Amino acid sequence: MLVRPGEKVKVKVKVNGIWYEKEVEPRKLLVHFIREDIGLTGTKIGCDTSTCGACTIIMNGKSVKSCTLFAFQANGAEITTIEGIGDSKLHPIQEAFKDNFALQCGYCTPGMIMQTYFLLKTNPNPTEEEIKDGLHGNICRCTGYQNIIKAVKDAAGRMR
Amino acid sequence: MTVEITEEPKGVHGMGHKIRRKEDIRFLLGKGNYVDDIKLPGMVYLAFVRSPYAHAKIKSINVEKAKTLPGVIDIITGKELEKVGLAWIPTLMGDKMMVLPTDKVVYQGQEVVAVIAEDRYKAYDAASLIEVEYEPLEPVTDPKKALEQSSPIVRPDKNTNLVFKWEAGNKEETDKLFKEADVVVSQGFYYQRLHVAYMEPVGSIAHYDPVSGKLTIWMTSQAPHVVRTVFSLVTKIPENKIRIISPDIGGGFGGKVYVYPGYVVSAHASIKLGRPVKWIATRSEDMRSTAFARDYHIHGEIAAKKDGTILALRIKVISDHGAFFGDANPSKFSAGLFSICTGSYDIKAAHVEVVGAHTNKPPGGIAYRCSFRVTEAAYAIERLVDILAHELGMDPAELRLKNFIPPEKFPYKSALGWTYDSGNYAAALKKAMDKIGYWELRKEQEEKRKRGELMGIGISSFTEIVGAGPADLFDIVGIKMFESAEIRIHPTGKVIARFGTRAQGQGHETTYAQIISEILGIPVEDIIIEEGDTDTCPYGLGTYASRSTPTAGAAAAVSAKKILDKAKKIAAHLLEAREEDIVYEKGRFYVKGSPDKFKTIQDVALAAYTNPPPGIEAGLEAITYYNPPNMTFPFGSYICVVDIDKGTGQIKVRKFVAVDDCGNIINPVIVDGQIMGALTMSFGTAFLEEIRYDENGNIYGGSFAEYMIPTAIETPKWELDKTITPSPHHPLGAKGVDESATVGSPAAFVNAVVDALWHLGVRHIDMPLWPWKIWQILKEKGAVSDE
Repeated sequence: MLVRPGEKVKVKVKVNGIWYEKEVEPRKLLVHFIREDIGLTGTKIGCDTSTCGACTIIMNGKSVKSCTLFAFQANGAEITTIEGIGDSKLHPIQEAFKDNFALQCGYCTPGMIMQTYFLLKTNPNPTEEEIKDGLHGNICRCTGYQNIIKAVKDAAGRMR
Repeated sequence: MTVEITEEPKGVHGMGHKIRRKEDIRFLLGKGNYVDDIKLPGMVYLAFVRSPYAHAKIKSINVEKAKTLPGVIDIITGKELEKVGLAWIPTLMGDKMMVLPTDKVVYQGQEVVAVIAEDRYKAYDAASLIEVEYEPLEPVTDPKKALEQSSPIVRPDKNTNLVFKWEAGNKEETDKLFKEADVVVSQGFYYQRLHVAYMEPVGSIAHYDPVSGKLTIWMTSQAPHVVRTVFSLVTKIPENKIRIISPDIGGGFGGKVYVYPGYVVSAHASIKLGRPVKWIATRSEDMRSTAFARDYHIHGEIAAKKDGTILALRIKVISDHGAFFGDANPSKFSAGLFSICTGSYDIKAAHVEVVGAHTNKPPGGIAYRCSFRVTEAAYAIERLVDILAHELGMDPAELRLKNFIPPEKFPYKSALGWTYDSGNYAAALKKAMDKIGYWELRKEQEEKRKRGELMGIGISSFTEIVGAGPADLFDIVGIKMFESAEIRIHPTGKVIARFGTRAQGQGHETTYAQIISEILGIPVEDIIIEEGDTDTCPYGLGTYASRSTPTAGAAAAVSAKKILDKAKKIAAHLLEAREEDIVYEKGRFYVKGSPDKFKTIQDVALAAYTNPPPGIEAGLEAITYYNPPNMTFPFGSYICVVDIDKGTGQIKVRKFVAVDDCGNIINPVIVDGQIMGALTMSFGTAFLEEIRYDENGNIYGGSFAEYMIPTAIETPKWELDKTITPSPHHPLGAKGVDESATVGSPAAFVNAVVDALWHLGVRHIDMPLWPWKIWQILKEKGAVSDE
């Protein structure tokens, strides 16, 4: 795609079931688009090196770090964010996180839950090692992961 | 009293109950409200030009190209701030720090020029167009060299790099005991520079209302009230016209006590422009410019008798503070509470000396998940004791058991002047030894060693000092380190309680509610806890150094008891009885002998507004500014088992048992969460994390791609247990727990690794224990295996 300096591009995305169409700078990161243009601030920004996973969302069925994509790369895509997984009540993953004390400051939590959502979609009955492997792109600085791993196991049970 | 731990809430969810966290719902739904989530009408964005040099003169700043970029609103330099007296501001330690430099930069990554633009992309675009001409100066990055005569001087306003010289203890007595000792063990340790690496980078939104003259700042601050006072004193804006709001905070760990240039510049810009100004650091900016922790060059010596009786301790430290002395220690303690370094042992005499140095690095020395240098102190003593045991050929557990302060000696006055409130160190260590099967592990180690396998067992029996603190000793910029709690019970019995602290993940909304529930018998779900707003909350010193439960928790208990006193009077009026005949039990009042005819706390609350007794003021509320009579001294014993791969130097933490004693427990699952989190952080300290600088002051480890934070993959499994020794002076017998594991565990990890290698002639290895370091040592010792 070729754009002239200063030119904006049209991006049409379906986020949590609603289509949004906006003109954005081609360099705008998807995470900024979601947070600032659509106003869904549940998705967080924790780093600038695609390391921490706080910005994890589901795009076309796969988990992606939304700080690593431009908004225009999501054109035509279907996206689910933390705001979109529960249906006006807590999703079983969110329930499991609550019941297992799998969060403290809450900043990594949306990304952690979205990654869990993807993990359990692809592997409904993961082993402890598979959970660790599945979450290793998401950093939590508070919990020490033990309760997160417990929560993921618990969520898997609740979703079966 | 000792609180009983219970699984299920018994209606009223007081102390010891494993209730779910009240704050979690909003975080789980993505509805947390962190600074960067806030968007105000007309808001503009601030970005900084940062210094590529560690030390350089600023020759010129050319903003012409940036100014003409569409969307750029303003450009602010140090010269502009100088005119309004904001180029330099005081630090919490009585030093000064640059907000923006006027003449020279003193560390790489330092803020040099600020740009305000319509959006954050444009702000960074403009920043990249600003041309700063520098004349590089020779930097100094080694604090030892910085203290030499020939060193370049870091600060333009000082003629020395010496920050302070601080000592404690009895030097003569210590020297005498060292002369009399059979054995003296000495060892140097470098406790490396770390970054706390909270998940949410620092930031602020300043919003000045030109009509009311009120400046509101949303800030990632652990201590909003003190920051407001400092802001008011510096800017001369009346304190009641500054409102600081710390909304949800994505982890703090001590790093969000410091006042960052971005806070100040965003405030200045908002006043100047009349628009809200948002500044959010990127992760890499945050890692390169915000306050660091540790960086302690420790030299320790311990004197003992042949039988292992420890006699005396001598420690000298050179601490690296970077360009500004930016710790948030209580004013009288330049080296924090490092004098807790006699630890859990009955040591007759000790002498400590700490010399602080400026270097061309970002300001460091914050209390990273420790009560002001307690982490460094615990590491030093626990490493020294372990080395002593090995030198004497004694078992490290037995040497510790021999030297622990015995339970009957509490309250215990330490050689360096602290009065430990309570402790039973042997009980915690024995529990940890039983749980892990210590003697079996020693046997296994012996057998493995015969086969040439490397296995190590490391113990750390730490003592902490938390809950600053008693007003006679503890203040920050002159403000005594009390803590506040205001409880208001409304006519229908629902409660709002407000505190001067600010949680950053600790779960205050739950634990404070449990404390109030315990005393007043009001269900936790009827209690709302608020913190972090200087307009609505009572003044407090903030949350750090494990002080919230010891101070604010105590304040809550005292306020609740004040309410109870008044409630009894109202209940007596309702029950038509004398006050002294009223019995109170968990939310119910009745006349002695007739428990069936009772009034609930909710009945009393309603009466407080609708039917107050004659001569009694209406309303049911209380406020307390709690001044703790002493610090609290949590403790514990950790045991770590490691296996080392002789081919790669890879270390595997096979087992880790942590027995903690934080006194009475409010919510056991929250306590365990704090311990597991802190253990994981310290696992990072011991094995992964370091911020390094080369001799030119270039940073290594300045982003999340380079700074290795443990993920779920690396993190070992933690096995937790408790002993409970209540604090005798805390109203709830609680002690504080957030930092026990960061204080206690680094030595356990290192002790385990050195224990595995001692027979090869290894005495100490500095953290982080990266596999290549271990591999190099194995190679030197001829112990690398090719298998």
